[in-house]
Amino acid sequence: MPKQSSIEKEGTIIEALSNAMFRVELDNGHVIIAHISGKMRMHYIRILPGDKVKVEMSPYDLTKGRISFRYK
Amino acid sequence: MIKIKTEEEIELLRENAIIVSKTLAEVGRHIAPGVTTLELDKIAEEFIRDHGAVPGFLGYGGFPYTLCMSVNETVVHGFPSDYRLQEGDIVSVDCGTTYKGLNGDSAYTFAVGQISAEDQALLDATKASLYKGIEHAVAGARVGDIGYAIQSYTEALGYSVVRELVGHGIGHHLHESPEVPNYGRRGHGVKLSENMVICIEPMINQGVKDVYLDDNGWAVYTADHKKSAHFELTVAVKKGAADVLSTFAFIENNK
Repeated sequence: MPKQSSIEKEGTIIEALSNAMFRVELDNGHVIIAHISGKMRMHYIRILPGDKVKVEMSPYDLTKGRISFRYK
Repeated sequence: MIKIKTEEEIELLRENAIIVSKTLAEVGRHIAPGVTTLELDKIAEEFIRDHGAVPGFLGYGGFPYTLCMSVNETVVHGFPSDYRLQEGDIVSVDCGTTYKGLNGDSAYTFAVGQISAEDQALLDATKASLYKGIEHAVAGARVGDIGYAIQSYTEALGYSVVRELVGHGIGHHLHESPEVPNYGRRGHGVKLSENMVICIEPMINQGVKDVYLDDNGWAVYTADHKKSAHFELTVAVKKGAADVLSTFAFIENNK
């Protein structure tokens, strides 16, 4: 039985929470909580409210995501 | 976290894979125009239990049947129902088992009666792409190599690859890491090591690659309602060449 792969969506950061978690509004209107990915942490990439980012989400839990890319 | 299997676990996975392969062959023997998919589901369930195993999909995430019966434009996860198979249909049967703590998973797309030449070409291309992917399931290769092999082979023939559904690792759980997409770039993705066990399952559409989910939350249909084929084998990654645990020999020796 195939597994559903992770979904990539774009969104904008609304609010910065503690522990590198952010509230993100996706392009389809949903608001989710997403955390910054380890690779971005490692390279000290800063994210601020208002940035457009790419978020990876599991199809099995659509309220949480991982921020994998910040657009310029 | 990707679990590397011990030799004993691989042998148990092989036993699971053989039971699944024989079950698919048994279902294949009964496929004919006029048979309902629900009857085939019951045949499969009895066959699996007769071998001392338990259907792997029954109850998995709430899935209510033993088999996924996906007819024509249904890509995967179709529910068995009172639908009677018709001459010219293609039905992909996906089966799983749980035996001695480990799991098995394999799938085959059967032709019901005589099918059109273009549908037969879809089936042949999907099956061939699976074998092409298996050639890359060796230690040191990457998951993207498998996906690239499947994607380049099928897209060259004019078909499209479903993106939203992927293959997976298998072991004590039905779905484990890594995800094995049927598309990819060479040299990208998780690196495969010896004694990983993965299920490679190309899902190839005749028309566009887009799919949508049914309201029941399971069945996946092609967006343009053209047909889709699905083949799956369980493979243990080894040095040099993969060890294919499940087999289509039981199905194909029937024909």
